[in-house]
Formats: sequence, C-alpha cells, structure tokens
Amino acid sequence: MHLPIRISSTDGVPIYQQIVQQVKYLVASGRLEAEAELPPIRTLALQLTVNPNTIARAYRELEVAGVVFTKRTSGTYVSDQGSPLAKEEQLRILAERADGLLAEALQMGVSTDDIVELVRNRERNMRGMEEDRI
Amino acid sequence: MENSRKEAVEVAGLSRHFGSKLALDDVSLTVPAGSVMGLVGENGAGKTTLIKHVMGLMSPQSGTVRVLGGDPVRDPRGVLSRVGYLTEEVDLPAWMRVHELMRYTQSFYGSWDAEYADKLRREFGLDLGAKLRTLSKGQRARAGLMVALAYRPELLVLDEPSSGLDPIVRRDILGAIIRTIADEGRTVLFSSHLLSEVEQVSDRVAMIRAGRIVFCDTLDAIKESHFRITLRLEAPSLQPPRLIGALGWNGEGCEWTTVWCGESTQIEAAAAVAGAKIVDQAYPSLDEIFVARVGAPPSVEHR
Repeated sequence: MHLPIRISSTDGVPIYQQIVQQVKYLVASGRLEAEAELPPIRTLALQLTVNPNTIARAYRELEVAGVVFTKRTSGTYVSDQGSPLAKEEQLRILAERADGLLAEALQMGVSTDDIVELVRNRERNMRGMEEDRI
Repeated sequence: MENSRKEAVEVAGLSRHFGSKLALDDVSLTVPAGSVMGLVGENGAGKTTLIKHVMGLMSPQSGTVRVLGGDPVRDPRGVLSRVGYLTEEVDLPAWMRVHELMRYTQSFYGSWDAEYADKLRREFGLDLGAKLRTLSKGQRARAGLMVALAYRPELLVLDEPSSGLDPIVRRDILGAIIRTIADEGRTVLFSSHLLSEVEQVSDRVAMIRAGRIVFCDTLDAIKESHFRITLRLEAPSLQPPRLIGALGWNGEGCEWTTVWCGESTQIEAAAAVAGAKIVDQAYPSLDEIFVARVGAPPSVEHR
C-alpha cells in the first residue's frame, strides 16, 4: 500500500520522527486501520527517497509505541488501537503536545478558552480539507 | 568476502599538497560497508581531491587509502572493477551512442548485468540510438548513472552528482543511492553541497574545511546532539551569552539564538549558568548545523 507521507529535509525534525508522527496521525485518524500492512522498508525508502535505516528506525519506534507490530514473515502491521496500552500511549503523546501549546499560549498571553476555541476551529478546518480530498 | 570486511573505505593520515597549497591535511575517514557517507564542504574544501584519492586517480603523498580492502593506485583493476563512479562533469565519450556506451562499459566489467542495465536505461528514458553529445545535461547524468550502476558495484562513489541538475534528475540520483544500499552490504560515498539531500539519504556525515575533516559522525548522533535554542536574558546585552557548547550566535539585546551542541538534558542547566532562560528549542536542519560547525571561525568551533 502507498502511505501518504511527506518528508521535509529542511525543517530540522529528524526524518524518522516525521515518519513516526505521520503514521501515528494516519492511525489515530482512522485512515490506517488495524491489521493494515505497512509497506516493506525498501519500498517506503524508495518512495520517500530516504535511507532504509531511517525507515527501519521509524518502524522500530512505532512498534515500541504499540502502533504497529511485526509478524514473523517480516511484515509490519497496524496494531489494534483499542488496547488500553495504545490508548494510554496516545493520551501521553497528546498531553505532551498540549503542555507545549499551553506553555506557548501563556507566554503570548492567550487564554486557555481561546486555545480551546482555536482547537475547535482547526478541527473544522481539517475536516473540510479531508472532505475536499475525497 | 564482503562480510569479513567491515570498512569499505579506509583513509588514514592522508595529506596532499598542490605546490604550496595544502589541499588535504591529515585526513582520516572510514566508511563502514553497507552505509551511506555524505561528504560536505564548501567549494575548494578538498572533497574532490579526497574522492580522487579514493578512486586511485591521485596517489597519496603521505598516508594510506584502502578501498574494498585493496589499494586503488597499485591494483586499480582489482579495486575499481567493484566501484561505481560518477562525477559532476560526467565525462563520457561524447561521440558514442547510448548502446555503444553500454557495450563499451560492459567490456570493462565482468559483473555487468545486461538486464539491469536495460531496465535502468528504460527507466531513465534513454534512447539506445541517441548520441551522448546531443543529450541534455540531465540525460547525460542519467547515462553516467546507468553505466555506474549496471555492474552492481560494491561501492558507489558520487562526486557532486546533483550539481546543476533539475529536481527530477536529482531524485533519480538519490533513488540510485537508496537502491544501492537497500541491496545488502553495498556502500555509498558521495559529496554534495545540498545539505537537505545529504540529510535525507546519509547514515554518516563528514564535514570538511580547508582540507581537514572538522566533524564526522552518524547522522542520528548529529541530530540528537545539536539543538537550535533561543535564550532570553534579563537585561539587554551587546554580547551574546557565555554558553558552553554554543556554536556561534545570532541576535541582539535580550534575545540570542544559537546552535548548541551537547546532551539535551543539560540545556536548561547550561542556560541557567549563563543567566538566561530558554524561550525556544528546536531541531536545526543539517544545513544550520553545517553553517554553525564549518562556517564559524576555528576559535569558536573548538570550544
């Protein structure tokens, strides 16, 4: 399968992290369902023109985070996110992000209510974009 | 055989003078088998001279060069038949047609894979009957790449392969690098001034300035030890904060930005010692790290 991932090699975020974040997002948003098979390392490396070791590292991190699992046949598959461990992990990641957002808002003098409002707006915006694509 | 040898390229204590100019100054560099080494530096820093030594086109004045376990100067046939080479100014025989180039190159390399060669030729859209002279710069680069790959070399050496080429040809070249290492055990050494490409495909990066390797590490280690941080001082200052690990500063007054090298857990403590607060922290791109490492005057860099 073709993973809709885009890499930026100029924004500084390590490429394996970009892949991890985007796969997590695809899974969390339901675009990658449980049991879906991720492309083999070599295939994704060629698709993104990224070093295969970087893809391998991203897959390892995703496995440690419980997002994917590997079968003995060496395929990589999306885990069932209904498991409590994965849920916990999801919340932990989101909590970290929220902390960062709140800290920045505090510095800029933006209230938490305004941030909640902003998040709602962005969600509407994101949904619009997804519908456009379909 | 490949498994018994861990290093594809071993350069040790290599120096080279051109007249009174020191082009390479005690260069040591190892490229482990199965990895991609990106060699970066400004024009004239010594990248091409170093690569010419690896290819046996120059003989070491002092120091040693081992390639795939052999000496590329003493045993060019034994070594270079297993090495693919592409330079910026692809000097292919211009009067040949594509099919003649393929036959000609094949005669030098026992491991030539005719099927693979033709697959690459079709992928690159190269016409068998086209004269090399009439090809665009991009198509000539593709022809050079095709003949450098078609004998499945154990080591692929590319000297500024992307220079002056459009993004589509550059992508083919990067794709060739990926394919080369995706096949177990094969190795790539390439030089480039396009740091974003180096960041995309390299396992290791060596930075060279004025003939010296000033910095060499795995890309993972580089990315994990360099941070772009912005500090806020309590009072405006004409001088940047004194911060151990900072590689050059930008800023003025209360806010100063640096690329900082060290352990992520130590940043806060280091900033506190400097009497400053961290207001922003992010990953710098390899480009920023390069400027901080290689662009900075030597006195700053070695601190």
